[in-house]
Order: sequence, then structure tokens, then C-alpha cells
Amino acid sequence: MNIDFTRIIPRIPYLLEGVQVTLMIALVAALIGSVLGFIISLITSKKGPLGKLLFLFVDFFRGTPLYFQLFFYHYGLPQVIPGFLPTAYHSAFVIFSINSAAYLSEIFRAGIQSIDKGQIEAARALNISTWDIVMGIIIPIGAKNVLPAIINEFITLVKETSVAAVISVNEIMRRHTIVAGTTFRAFESLIIVGLIYYTITKTLSIFGKIVERKLRYDLR
Amino acid sequence: MIYVNSLNKYFQDSHVLDDVSITFDPHITYAIIGSSGSGKSTLLRCLNGLETPTSGVIKIDDVDIFASKDNLAKARSNMGMVFQSFNLFEHKTAIDNVMFALIKVKQLSKEEAFKVASHALDKVGLSHRYNNYPHQLSGGEKQRVSIARTLAMSPQLVLFDEPTSALDPEMTIEVLKVIKALVKDGLKCILVTHEMAFAKEVADMIVYMDQGKILEVTSSDEFFTQPQTLRAQQFLSHTQFKGETQ
Repeated sequence: MNIDFTRIIPRIPYLLEGVQVTLMIALVAALIGSVLGFIISLITSKKGPLGKLLFLFVDFFRGTPLYFQLFFYHYGLPQVIPGFLPTAYHSAFVIFSINSAAYLSEIFRAGIQSIDKGQIEAARALNISTWDIVMGIIIPIGAKNVLPAIINEFITLVKETSVAAVISVNEIMRRHTIVAGTTFRAFESLIIVGLIYYTITKTLSIFGKIVERKLRYDLR
Repeated sequence: MIYVNSLNKYFQDSHVLDDVSITFDPHITYAIIGSSGSGKSTLLRCLNGLETPTSGVIKIDDVDIFASKDNLAKARSNMGMVFQSFNLFEHKTAIDNVMFALIKVKQLSKEEAFKVASHALDKVGLSHRYNNYPHQLSGGEKQRVSIARTLAMSPQLVLFDEPTSALDPEMTIEVLKVIKALVKDGLKCILVTHEMAFAKEVADMIVYMDQGKILEVTSSDEFFTQPQTLRAQQFLSHTQFKGETQ
């Protein structure tokens, strides 16, 4: 077997620098996606024309590949919008944020629907404001119900940032391509890259379990 | 006074409230009775705006409660509600359930809210249950927390929507005892109930409903001894075997 890590080891720091980029895209997308997704879920939970429109939007982003969405935004739109020339990072931030907003909004919607309507009625009868109902009842109860699904979505997001390599965002997979191309050691580089991704997602899922345990008031 | 005028409520095709008009005197305790599906819970839920009538007006001292959000909020601040299914906030302990609205609506500090809330819980006999979550309480205890949560807001009137229908007989007695004691203490309420003996004992006036209409509004004594309508007579003959006061 032809395995030799000696040429890869000096390049490990270079690969690891990609972690920052990967995490930055994932983090921004998770944050913006959560806020945007939550707002969308509140609107689509109610019947109304705006809800239907947003649902179409969500449906589109769930129904097309992320790869396509990145290409469409990065290479498609500049052709029809004069002067619109997004950088690779710009396109990645926008598309990953919107894409995860679409997926998260559906998760949040399920969370809102999982809440027993009676508790909200009780709050209304007590004159508790809509804001306090959302912050004090819907979010804490909904969060407990959908936390596993949210963590799952964040893990998927981290893995999918690798697609950003196709518009040459300098994240882990893009760096691998460069390293493999200059050292001719694809296998060894991929082993390192695999370990990096696995470490990130494993950390996230352990973190998720800890938070979940804190939120499970029904197990206290 | 609460004036209900020509209230109609449709759920899809079913006519749940059929031109209901009635005046409630807040100094008197009412029991709304009637068979299931007669519209009594819907009427009660309209009184504090949990249900919006299809047509008709509800005024509390000349304030139309559906005219604006402020009017409805004002009405709700004087009116508590206790539900059949308790509707406790599942992620909060008993004391936090009671404190939540005190802090958010009455703007009390945590210390003040705790004082009021603990007093309310003590009143319903739950001084040992402050830190229990709803899933750790029995049905009767949950309903008593929910009563405490309502009382803590010091409403002038409490709407009880079948408060014991989800409870077994033993817990029913436990919760009815609490409500009776409160009424004896001067609490005014409008009760929707299937417990005839209880209605007879605590209510001054009986509102009898059938198929979305109010058929009788009479004093409790009169209703149970000589109901006016044939429908009410039939209803009572079917339920009277439930017997005398517990």
C-alpha cells in the first residue's frame, strides 16, 4: 500500500485554518437562519397570504439542491442584475443563511404546533402579552420539543458548508483540493479532513445532548 | 354588569350560539348548565374573548369588549378563567406558574410576586407543592394550582369552564371543596358545570342552555324544584339521580 503522511503533516495547519472558515459560515448561517426561520415559522403558522407566499419560498429552498442555489446566486444572478458581483463569501453567507432558514422554519413550525393550545389560551386569559407568550411559553416549550431536530440541522449545515468549495470559498474541502493537487496525496489529506469534520460534528452533538438534558423539565 | 346581546357563533356549519342575550350581575354567582354541545362553554369563552362571536355584542359596563384590544385587555384584567384541562404552563413549577403573570402583567418584583403567589397557593392547600412541575402533580392539584394562578391576579369575577370534568370523583370533591370555600369567602363566578348538586349549592342563579339557546335564567332554588321548560324538566330528570350535595 502506498500511504505516506510525511508530505501531508506540514500541510495540516493549512487544512486546519479551513476550520475557521467552515465554522464562520456555519455560525453565521445558523444565527441568521434561526432568527429568519423563527420569524418565517411564526408567519406560516398562521393562515394568511404572506404565510402562503413564504411557504412557497421555503418549499423552493427545500426542493432544490444547495449546489444549485449557490451557483444560481453566484453565477446566475450577476448575468441578469447589472453591477451585482457577489464575492464568494457573500454568496456563501447569503445562500447558507437562507437555506438553513428554510429548513429551520419547518422545524420551528413543528415546534409551535407541538405546543398545547390550552396553555396559550390560559396566558391570553391572564392578559399576558403576545411578546411574553412567545418568549416565555412558545420558545421554551417549543425549544425542548424540537432541540434534537435543530442540533441535527446544525450538524447538516456544518457538513454542507463543504459545498461552498465549488464557488472557491477557502474552507476545508477547497483546501483539501489544493493540498491534494500539490502533494498528490489525496488519500492522506482526506483522512485528515474526515477527522476534522467528524470532530466538529461530534462536538456539536455532545453539546446538543447537554443542552437537551438541561431543557428536559419533564425529566426532573 | 355584563351585557350579552344577540350573540351568535358558528363553527363551520354548526350554530353553537343561537341569538343569546343575557345580563350577568357580577355580584351574583351563576351556573350555566345543559347537556354537552349546548353552547355553554362557548358562551363562557366569549365572555373573555377566547372565542370571537360571529355576531352580537358583549359589553361590560358600557365597554364593548370586542371593540378594541385595550377593551378586551381591560375586561380580562377583571376576569379570571379556570379551564377543564387546567392548562398549566408545563415548563414552570407551581409557584412559577402563578408568578408568571404577576411579573409580566402586574409588573411585580420577584419578591412581591412570590409573596402573592405563595399566599394564593397556600389558600388552595398547596403550600407543600411550590417547586413541583405540573407533570409531578395529581389532576386535582393541577386544577388547584390553576385556581391559585387565577386568584393571584385578584379578578372581580372568575369563569370556571367545567373545572372538574377531567377529574376522577375523589379529585372532583377536592376541587369542588376549594371552589365552595372561595365562593363562601365572597368570590363571584360564572361556572359551567355538569355537577348538579354543586351548581345547586354554590350558584345563586342557574342559566339553562340547550342547542345554543338560553332556555331559562332562574334562581337556583326555583330551577331545581320547578323548572319552567319541558326541556329543563327532562334534563333534570335525567341528571337528578346524581343526588344531593356532597
